Amino acid sequence: MLDNTPKKDLKYVGKDVERIDVVEKLTGQALYTADLEFAGMLHGKVLRSPHAKARIKKIDVSKAKKLVGVHAVLTGNDLDYRVGLYLVDKYILARDTIRHFGEAVAAVAAETPAIAQQALDLIEIEYEVLTPFLDPKQVFDKKAPLVHPDLGSYSYVEAVFTPVPGTNIANHTKLRKGNVEKGFKEADYVIEREYTNPNVQHVPMETHIAVGKWDTGDRITIHTSAQSPFTVRNLFAHSFKIPHCNIRVITPYLGGGFGGKAGIHLEPLCCCLSKLSGGRPVRIQATREEEFSLLPCRSGLIYNIKTGVKKNGKIVAQKMTMYWDAGAYADYAVNVTRASGFSASGPYEIENAWVDAYTVYTNKPFGTAYRGFGHVEFSWGMERHMNYVADTLGIDPLEFRKINALRPGSKTMTGEEVVTNTGSVTKCMDAVAKSINYGKLTAAELAREKKTGMKIGKSVVALQKAPAMPPFTGTVMILKLNEDGSVTGSHSLTDYGMGTYTSLAQMIADVLRWPIERIRLPIENDTDRDPYDWQTVASKGLLLSGNAAILAAKDLLDKCYDVAAQALRAQKCDLDHDAEKVFVRHHPKSHVTYKQMAVGYAYPNGNAICGPIIGIGRYIAQGLTNLDKETGQGNPALDWTFGAHGLIVEVCEKTGAFNIIKVASAYDIGQVINEGSVRGQAIGGMIQGLGTAMCEGYIYNDKGQLLNPSFTDNKIPTSLDIPEEIDCIAIETPQIDGPFGARGVGEHSMIAVCGALGNAIEKATGAVLTHMPIRQENVWKALQSRSGKKATAKATKPAKAVKAEKPAKSVKAEKPAKATKPAGRAKK
Amino acid sequence: MKITLTVNGKKYQRDASETKNLLHFLREDLGLTGTKEGCGAGECGACTVIMNGKTVNSCLILAVEADGTDIKTIEGEAKNGKLSKLQVAFKKNHAVQCGFCTPGMIMSTRALLEANPKPTVEQIKQAIEGNFCRCTGYQQIIEAVQDASGQLKKKEGLKRA
Repeated sequence: MLDNTPKKDLKYVGKDVERIDVVEKLTGQALYTADLEFAGMLHGKVLRSPHAKARIKKIDVSKAKKLVGVHAVLTGNDLDYRVGLYLVDKYILARDTIRHFGEAVAAVAAETPAIAQQALDLIEIEYEVLTPFLDPKQVFDKKAPLVHPDLGSYSYVEAVFTPVPGTNIANHTKLRKGNVEKGFKEADYVIEREYTNPNVQHVPMETHIAVGKWDTGDRITIHTSAQSPFTVRNLFAHSFKIPHCNIRVITPYLGGGFGGKAGIHLEPLCCCLSKLSGGRPVRIQATREEEFSLLPCRSGLIYNIKTGVKKNGKIVAQKMTMYWDAGAYADYAVNVTRASGFSASGPYEIENAWVDAYTVYTNKPFGTAYRGFGHVEFSWGMERHMNYVADTLGIDPLEFRKINALRPGSKTMTGEEVVTNTGSVTKCMDAVAKSINYGKLTAAELAREKKTGMKIGKSVVALQKAPAMPPFTGTVMILKLNEDGSVTGSHSLTDYGMGTYTSLAQMIADVLRWPIERIRLPIENDTDRDPYDWQTVASKGLLLSGNAAILAAKDLLDKCYDVAAQALRAQKCDLDHDAEKVFVRHHPKSHVTYKQMAVGYAYPNGNAICGPIIGIGRYIAQGLTNLDKETGQGNPALDWTFGAHGLIVEVCEKTGAFNIIKVASAYDIGQVINEGSVRGQAIGGMIQGLGTAMCEGYIYNDKGQLLNPSFTDNKIPTSLDIPEEIDCIAIETPQIDGPFGARGVGEHSMIAVCGALGNAIEKATGAVLTHMPIRQENVWKALQSRSGKKATAKATKPAKAVKAEKPAKSVKAEKPAKATKPAGRAKK
Repeated sequence: MKITLTVNGKKYQRDASETKNLLHFLREDLGLTGTKEGCGAGECGACTVIMNGKTVNSCLILAVEADGTDIKTIEGEAKNGKLSKLQVAFKKNHAVQCGFCTPGMIMSTRALLEANPKPTVEQIKQAIEGNFCRCTGYQQIIEAVQDASGQLKKKEGLKRA
C-alpha cells in the first residue's frame, strides 16, 4: 500500500523520531512480567534431566509433597497433554522417556523460591541412561535409535510438512526447480563443500517468565514474556481442549525475544501447577542456565552445497542438502527447514536447483525460531561457498555475486518472478563495497598492516529474506478516538525492542495529520482486549501492521467525515481535515473538531448523532500460496528484503587473533520509516550476527550433555567486541504493497555477516574456515593447515573440494593457481 | 538482621534475610523493580546499581552487606519528573530498544560521567563492558554517552543512498 501522500507532506515517516516507549524504559518504570506481583502468588521451579536420553524407571515425589509450604508437585505421569506448534510432539513434562539434557521432568509450586528448590531436592528419580542420537548426518542409518518412535501417531500441519515415521526425520522439505542433472552436465566446474553451525542461544536479557492462573470453571489467565500472545492462547486451547474465550493472555513489556519467545513455553506448566494449587497464580522465571537447555535454542545445521558453474561465472545448477539438528522436539525447526529450504541459495538466481532439507530429531535441547529463521545458518555456508567457487574460477567474489544476483526478470527458487519493486541486492552490494573500498587496501590500511604486523582482508556478502509465515497471515489495528481528540490504538503485534510501535505511530500520525503525541499505542497486549494478530516474528510486523494502521487511520477519518458531513450539511467530497478538525474545503470556518465528535456529536440543543468513533484497519497478506510438497514451487514471500555487508578484518597470522575494523551494511528496505530505528536494527542485528560468528555456540560432551550453559562459558559480544567503524546504508526501492513503500528489516542485519567474517579472514591469510563460530583457536588451527602461505592455501582448496564430475580435469587444475588469488590482498 | 541504608537519598530500615542479595532486597523488600535480573551470576550487568559511588552487580552483594551504604538505582536518576541529561541523550540517540539492560546501563554510564565528565570512546566502551545489551549492538549507547558529555560532534545517522 504505497501511500500517495507526497513525501514533502510527511512529517514523521522517513524521519528520526524518538521511541514512544522510551521514557518508561529509561526510568525503570516500565513493568516487565517479573515486576508484577499477584496476591497469593506461588513460585514454580522445574527439575531438569541431567541426561540426554534416559528412561525414567522410578520417580518418587512423596517427600517433596510433604514439605511445608509446597502447594503442588507434578510429574509427567500427571499430565497427559502434548503441545506443539506444527507437529504436536512434546509433553509438558517428560513421560517415561527423557529426550534431551535439561528437559523438564518434574515441577513444584511453593510459597517461596527457596522452598520450591528444597522440594525439588527431595524428589527421587531413577534413570536408565540410554544411548542418545546426536549426529544429524546419521539420519539414514537404519540402526540409529529413534528420538520419537511414535512419530507416526502425532498430529501435524499436513498441508505444509512431511514427517517420516520410523526415522528421525521430523520434516523433509523438497525443492525441485529446472533440471539439476542437466545443469551439472553443462557446467564447466562442479564444486562441493560442507559447512556447519552449532546450536546457539538467543540470549534475550529478560529470561523466559510466565505467571499462570487456572481458576475454577477452566478460566485461565496468563501473564507472560511471550512474543505472540495469540499463539500462546491458540496452542493452549488446543492442548487442553479449552475454549479460546476462556483463556486470557497478557504480555507486559518484553525484554527481548529474538524468536526464542515466539512459541509456547513455560505457560502450560505454570497453569497446571496453579490448577493443582487451587487457582493460586504460579510464577516460573527461568534462570539463565535454564535458558540454555530447558528452553529452546537455535538448531544446528550441516549444509552441503554442490554447485555447477560455467567458466564465465554463471551458476547453472546447485544441489543443496540441509541437515537441521532440531534437537528433541520439532517446535519451529520444521518451519525453519521449510523457510530456509526455499531460499537456501541466497539472493542468487539458480536456474536448476535441488534442495533436500531435513529436520532431524536428535537428543539435544530443541531448536526454535531465531532472528533470521535459518538464514543466518545457511548464509554462513552459502556465502563462504560463493567465495570458494569464485576463487576457483578466478573471478572476483563480488563480481561473481553480481553475475548471479537476483534481478528484475529472475525467478526465485520457488519460481516467483523478481520485479523492479522487489528491491535490488546489487545496489546493496555496490553501496557496501564503496564504503569499505573493496578490492584494494588503502594507504592507511597498508600502513596499519606494516605497523601491526597483522594482515587485512575485505569481503562483501549478500543476503535476502522473506517472512516465513502462513499465506493467510493477517492482523488488525483499532484506533479509538478519545474525548480530547487523541487516539488510543489496540492491536496485538508486540514490541519486544524493535521500535515497530513507534513506526506505526509515525504512519498513523502522517495519515491523520496529527502530532504524534496524540497517538498512544499501549505496549502491553491482552488477548481479551486487543484484536488478533498471528505472531510477532518474521520481519512481517511493519508491513502487515503498518498497512492495518494506515487503513485504521483512514477509516477513523472516514467516520469523522461522516459526522462532519451530517453536522455541516456538506458532501464528504467537499471536506478536508487538519490536526484539529474536519472542515469544508471552500469554507474552512465551517468545521467540526475531533473533540466535538469523539464520543458522539451533539447539536446546541442537545440532539446527538453518530456515537463514539473508532477506526478499524484489517490487513492480510495477498496472493501467497502453500508450496507444492514435491517441487517446492509456489509463492511464499510477502516481500523480499535484500541486503549486503562489507567487512574489513585484520588477522594475526601467528596467533589467529583478529579485529574487525569495519562493517558496512546496506538494506533495500523500500522506504525508511524511522531512521534511528532502522539504524538500531541494522547495528543490533549485525552485532548479534558477529556474536554467532565469533564466539557463541553450544558445546556438548559425547553423552549429549551441555557443557557451557552460562555467560562464563558462552559469551555474547560486549561493547569491546564491536567493530571500530560501523556504516549503515538504506536503499529505498519502494515495495508496492508496503506501508508508504516500506518493508521489514528486523532479522536481515543478522544474516550473512558470519560469512563476511570467514571470507575476510581467508582473504587476509588464506585460512579456510567452514565451521562456525570462528573462535581465535579455530583461526589458528586453520592457519596451521595452510601448508605454505597464500599460494598453498589456493592450491590445496580446489584439490580437496572441486569434484571433477565431468569436465576435463586439466581445465580445473590450471585455473586455480592463477584464479584464487585473494582479491582483497592485491596490492595497488 | 536489621539493616539501615540510603537509597536514592531516602533512608530505609528493614529486617533482611542473611541469604537475600541486594538485587532481590531492592526489588522485593523496597519495591524498586527498575533494577533487573539478567543472570544472577554477576555476568550481565542488568542489576548494576551505584553503591557508595561505585558500580556493583547487586546480585553479587548480600543485602546485609549493604547495611550503612548509600545506594543509587535507576529510580533516582530522573528528578522531579524530569529526565536527567544522560537519560535525554539515551532517548535522543536511540540507545534503548527492549529496555531490559537500560537501568544497569544508565547506572554504569552515570558512574562513569561522575568520575570522568569527558570520557573517550574507548573509556565509554570499557565502562559498559560488563553490561550486556543484546538489542542495540552498543553503538547508539556509546553515542548517547558522547552526547551527554557534550562530545558528539554531529548526530550519527543512517545513510540514505
